[in-house]
Amino acid sequence: MRNPLRSEAEAFRFLIAVIVGALVIVGAAYVNTWLGVAAAILAVGGIAWWLKQEPVPGAADPPRRITSETPAGVHRVLVVANETVGGEALISTVERVAQPGSELLVVAPAMPSQVRHWASDVDGARADAVQRLHATVARLEATGLEVRGEIGDDDPLVAIEDALRTFGADEIVISTHPEGRSHWLEQDLIGKARARFALPITHVVVDLAAERSPAPRA
Amino acid sequence: MAAAHAEHLEHHGPPAPHYSSRITPGVLGMFLFIASEIMLFGSFFTAYFFVRVVNGTPWPTPPFHLPIYVAFINTCILVTSSFTVHWALQSIKRGNVWGLRAGLLLTFLMGLTFLITQAIEYARIGFNTTDGAFATIFFCLTGLHGAHVLVGLSILLFMTIRAFRGHFSAEHHDGVEIGGIYWHFVDVMWIVVYMTVYIL
Repeated sequence: MRNPLRSEAEAFRFLIAVIVGALVIVGAAYVNTWLGVAAAILAVGGIAWWLKQEPVPGAADPPRRITSETPAGVHRVLVVANETVGGEALISTVERVAQPGSELLVVAPAMPSQVRHWASDVDGARADAVQRLHATVARLEATGLEVRGEIGDDDPLVAIEDALRTFGADEIVISTHPEGRSHWLEQDLIGKARARFALPITHVVVDLAAERSPAPRA
Repeated sequence: MAAAHAEHLEHHGPPAPHYSSRITPGVLGMFLFIASEIMLFGSFFTAYFFVRVVNGTPWPTPPFHLPIYVAFINTCILVTSSFTVHWALQSIKRGNVWGLRAGLLLTFLMGLTFLITQAIEYARIGFNTTDGAFATIFFCLTGLHGAHVLVGLSILLFMTIRAFRGHFSAEHHDGVEIGGIYWHFVDVMWIVVYMTVYIL
């Protein structure tokens, strides 16, 4: 739909359409009152049709992919994980991806339940995320990496975008539960993130249940 | 690469934000402001239709008359001022600074003429706000619009001063674009007010 207030030129064209509509209504009403009413209905309908005709320029284009820059000589990795933030698979992937001297930002979106989200009762989810984040940051720091942790927006895509505004990353690591248990995979987070961010994205599947169960005896 | 690095080092403050909207923040702000204005006018029109249609108040209530022809001349002046503001913007888009200045000055003068004519019309109209529901709604609707013209004139005044100071160019003219959108909105609202209050 055309937005008549998108630009001055659009607003001017809308004004012209309104003037033409008003003249048609006045002219018809001068002949007959009911003809004027019919003209008013037609004029309003015509303006509505005109507004619907032209698609908004650029609306059909895919949104611009978001990129970020890092200072020369600095390698930065953005890690996004929630419940899987302390998983072994994630830690080993980060150790593999990170180079000596790499800077890491671990973002854990606080994920309250839908009801708690609607009630703005996110304190518990944030506290849990902070606890997991502290443990993970401490563990990664032990490997000699420069690590920082943040709690992000509960929408992981928004959390990534927010993080990229202050932390220009060279690549992104997203950690999820396995297929079937992950809400993020159900929402096609990885596909959406690859479409939205022009950065290399590594997807790590962390099976916490398998990690916690005792290793089978040989 | 070196230039980009130097630029990065020279940059202070937070990085440039990513805009999810396809409209610039300034135009989006004006769009939202106008949306709120439409709601405000909508509430006044609701009162108008309640008084005239639901309550069946004669319009205009005898023995009063509305100065339809003076208002028509005023309408022509205001509509013409939209053409001049459009001309002003088209001029600066082509780098014609004098076209911009002339267009904005003419728009301001026509807007001022509209407002002065409306004030004179109020003085000579022969009824006051206390003369029944008809008079109250008439002054509320036309007065609300007049207040918007006054705001539009203030915006135009700043636009004109900035144009004469050389603040706008073919590349940078957001101030004219956004002010122009508001002025067209004021014009559209006047056509609706004129049609409903004076003609219908």
